[in-house]
Amino acid sequence: MNAVLLASPEVRGFGADPWWLVLGKAVVIFVFLVLMTLFTILAERRVVARMQHRIGPNRVGPFGLLQSLADGIKLALKEDIIPKAAHKAVFVLAPILSTAPAFMAFAVIPFGPEVSVFGERTHLQLTDLPVAVLYILAVASVGIYGIVLAGWSSGSTYPLLGSLRSTAQLISYEVAMGLSFVGVFLYAGSMSTSEIVAAQGDYWYAVLLFPSFAIYVISMVGETNRAPFDLAEAEGELVGGFHTEYSSLKFALFFLAEYVNMVTVSALATTLFLGGWRAPWPLSLWEGANQDWWPVLWFTAKVLLFLFVFIWLRGTLPRLRYDQFMKLGWKVLIPVAIGWLLMVATVRALNTEYDFDARQVLIYGGIAAAVLIGLTFVWDFVAARSRNAEPPEVTAEWDPMAGGHPVPPLPGQQRPQLTVAGTTAGSTTQTEDHP
Amino acid sequence: MSSTATVLAAATDTGTGEAVTFWVLGPLAVLAALGMLASKKAVHSALLLALTMLSLAVLYLAQDAPFLGVVQVVVYTGAVMMLFLFVLMLVGVDSADSLVETLRGQRVAAVLGAVGFGALLVFALGDAVVTNEGLDQANSEGNVEGLANLIFARYVFAFEVTSALLITAAIGAMVLAHRERHLPKITQRDLSVQRFRGGQYPAPLPSPGVYARHNAVDTPALLPDGTPADASVSRVLAARGDVRSIPEQASTTAIERAAPRREDDGS
Repeated sequence: MNAVLLASPEVRGFGADPWWLVLGKAVVIFVFLVLMTLFTILAERRVVARMQHRIGPNRVGPFGLLQSLADGIKLALKEDIIPKAAHKAVFVLAPILSTAPAFMAFAVIPFGPEVSVFGERTHLQLTDLPVAVLYILAVASVGIYGIVLAGWSSGSTYPLLGSLRSTAQLISYEVAMGLSFVGVFLYAGSMSTSEIVAAQGDYWYAVLLFPSFAIYVISMVGETNRAPFDLAEAEGELVGGFHTEYSSLKFALFFLAEYVNMVTVSALATTLFLGGWRAPWPLSLWEGANQDWWPVLWFTAKVLLFLFVFIWLRGTLPRLRYDQFMKLGWKVLIPVAIGWLLMVATVRALNTEYDFDARQVLIYGGIAAAVLIGLTFVWDFVAARSRNAEPPEVTAEWDPMAGGHPVPPLPGQQRPQLTVAGTTAGSTTQTEDHP
Repeated sequence: MSSTATVLAAATDTGTGEAVTFWVLGPLAVLAALGMLASKKAVHSALLLALTMLSLAVLYLAQDAPFLGVVQVVVYTGAVMMLFLFVLMLVGVDSADSLVETLRGQRVAAVLGAVGFGALLVFALGDAVVTNEGLDQANSEGNVEGLANLIFARYVFAFEVTSALLITAAIGAMVLAHRERHLPKITQRDLSVQRFRGGQYPAPLPSPGVYARHNAVDTPALLPDGTPADASVSRVLAARGDVRSIPEQASTTAIERAAPRREDDGS
């Protein structure tokens, strides 16, 4: 797929690299992601250990740095089991489908500005598309297919439950995620990652579009199946969820995909909201901070910051219940995202079409916000009155065949007690103590 | 669907990479589409549909329509996922189609519909090929900008009507699935209040007594004052009369404490 993408040279400055440079960039991205995975696994174990007053792995190599490598080798040497009830082709395909897209998404992430490599001027980015961010969204949703199919093809109950949860997760959180991008698109005027970074020269969108940023950060945790949203693999409820039946390298691929996905969504958050490879404020005063190879350092630091947040969340928060998770997605994130988007679009249109300046927008926006807040008080008052109203008392006798159809009892009506033959009085003695 | 790709491929200059992509993915898309129709299991159909859609998406990308290609993936992955979910929820994991026709005249209607749709495709694409404006002109403002102009300016009414159709479908589904609530919903908080207000024992049941020589589940635990805790034994065992008596247990335990016996008493 990437070869095809390289063929559409629509973003300025891309598509002109010699073949060896393209190959080199692809290899560097692959190595970067694998190294980040090994590092993140170790970092996660060490940081969570520190949060729980333990030490964590510190035996293999200096400071335990080689622990992930040792674990990986051990995992690869384990026996590979395919259950009898599994759908073989899909069972083998699923881990590949989960891992490959995780790597592919990184093709459009900008690591830095234009630099010189062996005499060639090139962007530190494998390629760019006019729809790069949508491309990442598309590739990520293909990756979730890996999880869903893994659960389905295992031919086992818990994995199936995990995969169903994952499906619901995809459908509900991708909406909020997509909506959180739109604000950025409106301000940057482009969906290409390099142009979005270029547009954040003055302000990072995390400041300008904070609600979008918050919504994205929440839904990216949901998207990567990480605590507190790791319902698809909830080990306390579903054994291992979608990967219960997987072992050896196939399991290792899922593991790899999860961590690569963490790096990818962190990199996307950095690119869209934290100015990408641009130096943070005090450093940006130095002229050379945004030139040559320095930006790679700032970019990596920001990605590591997000990875730390992932680990921190896992060490802090318990897993959400399924209904709470759905409620958060559908009743909080999506409405907030839509409301915020409406505001952003309005302000943007006032800015570009009618030449309103920032102060006017702030004044009128403030008046509108005050009116809205006033309305919420009124609404609260009304809602409280209707909540205190007693439910209507229905005193009439229950007619099971009212209107010629079998009907259930209305509130206040009692279903006549049926006695089942064979019930003994003795068995009820203990039920009185406990509901 | 594949005829779309063929005509479009013929309409523009085909490079080697594009030709290879087409000859790999075109047949794949057609085969997957046929397989989708032929397969008996609904889940297989859904998977093959996903494969067809992905192949088409890559073909779009290969023909310099990046927005269409990417949106195809975004939209259809979600849609097929929905389909998958509905298959699993409504018909079951391993369900297979029954091939009994339930609608009268279904085949005739299907053939008529297919012929009509085919004619529409042929004429629309023939028109596009004959009056070919060229990709460069269509993309003169950029692929995304050009599409945005068409959708949100020239064809905005058609676009809004389509979205109204979709919203109607969504609201219809919600109305069908809606259940009227007669009483206020009982929340977790209400349940907790209820449990404590009732004056009942709020904590989990005590676990049965664990003694070295007896199956623990039929033996009640002892309270601090030495009386048996009845609640620690399953109600079912109590109803069957399978609960071991505590005085007996206590006496054997006391005897054993004084002088351990060697033989096993099977009480």
